[in-house]
Amino acid sequence: MREAGLAYALVLPSLVVFGAFIFYPFVRNFYLGFFRTPPFPGLPKKGVGLTQYREVLTSHDFLNSVKVTVLFAVYTVPTGIAAGLGLAVLAHQKLRGIGIYRTIFSSTVATSVAVASVIFGTLLNPNVGLLPWLGLQTNPSILQNPSWALLAVAITTIWQNLGLSFILMSSGLQAIPDELLEAAQIDGAGAWSRFRNVIVPLLSPTIFFAVVVGSIFAFQSFGQIELLTQGGPTKHTNVLTYFIYTTLQQQQDDGKAAVLAIALFGITLLLTLVQMRLLERRVFYAR
Amino acid sequence: MRGEAGVTEGRPVRRRFAIVARYALLTVLAAIVLFPVYMAVVGSLLKTEQITSRPPTMLPTHPTWDSYSTAWSAGHLATYLRNSAIVAVIITCGQVVTAILAGYAFAFLEFPFRRTLFVVFIATLMVPFEVTIITNLNTIVSLHWYNTYAGLTVPFLATGFGAFLLRQAFLGIPRDLQDAAALDGYGHLRFMTRVAVPLARPAIAALAVFGFLSAWNQYLWPLLITKNDQLRTVQIGLRQLRATSIEQVNVTLAGVVLAALPLVVLLVVFQKQLVRGLTAGAVKG
Repeated sequence: MREAGLAYALVLPSLVVFGAFIFYPFVRNFYLGFFRTPPFPGLPKKGVGLTQYREVLTSHDFLNSVKVTVLFAVYTVPTGIAAGLGLAVLAHQKLRGIGIYRTIFSSTVATSVAVASVIFGTLLNPNVGLLPWLGLQTNPSILQNPSWALLAVAITTIWQNLGLSFILMSSGLQAIPDELLEAAQIDGAGAWSRFRNVIVPLLSPTIFFAVVVGSIFAFQSFGQIELLTQGGPTKHTNVLTYFIYTTLQQQQDDGKAAVLAIALFGITLLLTLVQMRLLERRVFYAR
Repeated sequence: MRGEAGVTEGRPVRRRFAIVARYALLTVLAAIVLFPVYMAVVGSLLKTEQITSRPPTMLPTHPTWDSYSTAWSAGHLATYLRNSAIVAVIITCGQVVTAILAGYAFAFLEFPFRRTLFVVFIATLMVPFEVTIITNLNTIVSLHWYNTYAGLTVPFLATGFGAFLLRQAFLGIPRDLQDAAALDGYGHLRFMTRVAVPLARPAIAALAVFGFLSAWNQYLWPLLITKNDQLRTVQIGLRQLRATSIEQVNVTLAGVVLAALPLVVLLVVFQKQLVRGLTAGAVKG
C-alpha cells in the first residue's frame, strides 16, 4: 500500500502536465467544434451541433489545405530519406578523413526551422543577387510564385532535416555486419547490387520508421511556412497547421480551429497506426 | 604467375582512381550541404551595400563584424539567446526530473492500474502539440502566464517519451543490485538517487540533449504566447530581426549565425548523446 502511494506520487507530476496541457485541450476540441464563434466578440457562442464539422470538413479551403499538406509530405519525406540514405552509404566506407564528411553531412541538425528558413529566405530573395546572377529568376519571385513556393519550402525542409536523416540512416547502417557486405562483394555483387539487395532490405525497418515518423513531422510543419510564404501565394502553401494558426490568431475562430485540429489529429493517428503495425512486424522480424 | 602479376600491377592505378573519385564525390556533396551555411556566413560579414552587389560576393575579402554587434545589441540577439537558454534549461530539467520519477515508478514499483497508466503515458505521444494549442492558449491566459517564462515552459515539463526511455533504462538494472541495496536498508528514494539514477546516466544524458534541442527549436508555441522582446526566444527573435532589418540582410544573417552557434557547440560536445537520443526515438514504438 505504501508502495502504491509512492508510485502515484512519482507519476503525479507528469500526469498533471499531461492532463492539463494534452488530454484536456485535446478532448475540449470536440466540444469547441459544436459551437460557432460569433462574428463579433461579446455575442454568445451558438451551439450548432455537427453542422460546423460538416461545413469545415467539406469546405474548399480545408480540402485544399489537406492537398497542400499531403503534397508537402510527398515532396519532403521520400526525397529527404533517399538523400540521407545515399549520403550515409557513401560515408560508410573506410577512407581517411571520412569523419569530417560525416560531421558535415550531419551538421544541419544544428539548424532550427527558423535558422534554415531565414537562410533560404535570403538565398531565394530576388534582391540579394545570387539567383538573378545565376539567371534563375522567376516572375513573380520564387516564394510568391504559385508553381514554385511549395517546392521552395520543401527544399528548405529537406535541407534542414538532412542531418537527422543522415544520422538515422548511418546508425542503421552501422548495425549491418560488415561480413555480410564483404560476403556479397566476394560473390561478385557490384556496388549497386550490394545497395539494392543487401543494404536496402536490411535497412528496411529503419526506412519504414523514417517514412512514417517523417510523414508525421511533415504534417506538423509550421515554422517554415510562417517564415517563408505565410500560406501564400493564394493558399498554395496553406498547410493544415498554418490554417489552424490563422483561423485561431487572425479570425479568432476557436470552433473552426478546433475542427481543423481534430482533422490534423485524425490524419496523424492514421499514420501512427501504420507506424505501429510496421514496428510490430519489425520486432517479429528481428527475433 | 605472370598473368596474376599483370592484374596486381593494373590494380593500384585503378584503385587509386576509384579512391580519388570517391573523395571527389564526397567533397562535391559536402559542398552542396554546406553551401547555404557558407552563404549565410559570407553574407553576415559583408557591408549592407555589398549584399545586393552583382555578381554576388562569394568571398569576403574585407570582412566586417559590424553586423554582429548590430544584431547582438540593437537586434536584441543577446536577450533572445538568454531567453532561449533559460527556457530550454527549465524544460530540460523538468523533463529529466519528471521522467526519472515516472520511469522509476513504472520500472520498480507495483501498483494498481500500472499498465493502464503506462498506456496513458504512451498515448500522449500520439497527440501532436498543434492539436492542443487552442485550449492551451486559453489556459495560459487565464493563469496569467501569457508572455511569461511559466507560459513558455510549464506545458513541456513532462513527456511520455522521457518516462518511456528511463523506464527502459531502469529495467536494465540487475535485480540483485536492488536486493543488495534493500539489505543495506536503502529505501526507494535512496535507491533511486544513489543507484538507479547514476546507472541510468547515458539514457538521462540522451534525454537531456534531445529535450534541450527540441525546446531550443520550438517555434509555434513561443510565437503564440510571447508579445515582446523581453520574453521572445531566439527562433521568434530571428523572425523579429528579419522584419526590423529588412534593408540589412547582413544583420539578419549575423543573427542567424549567432542563433545557430550555441547548438553547434552543444552538438559537437554531446554528439554521442544526441545520436543515442535520436536512435532511441527510432525504436521507441
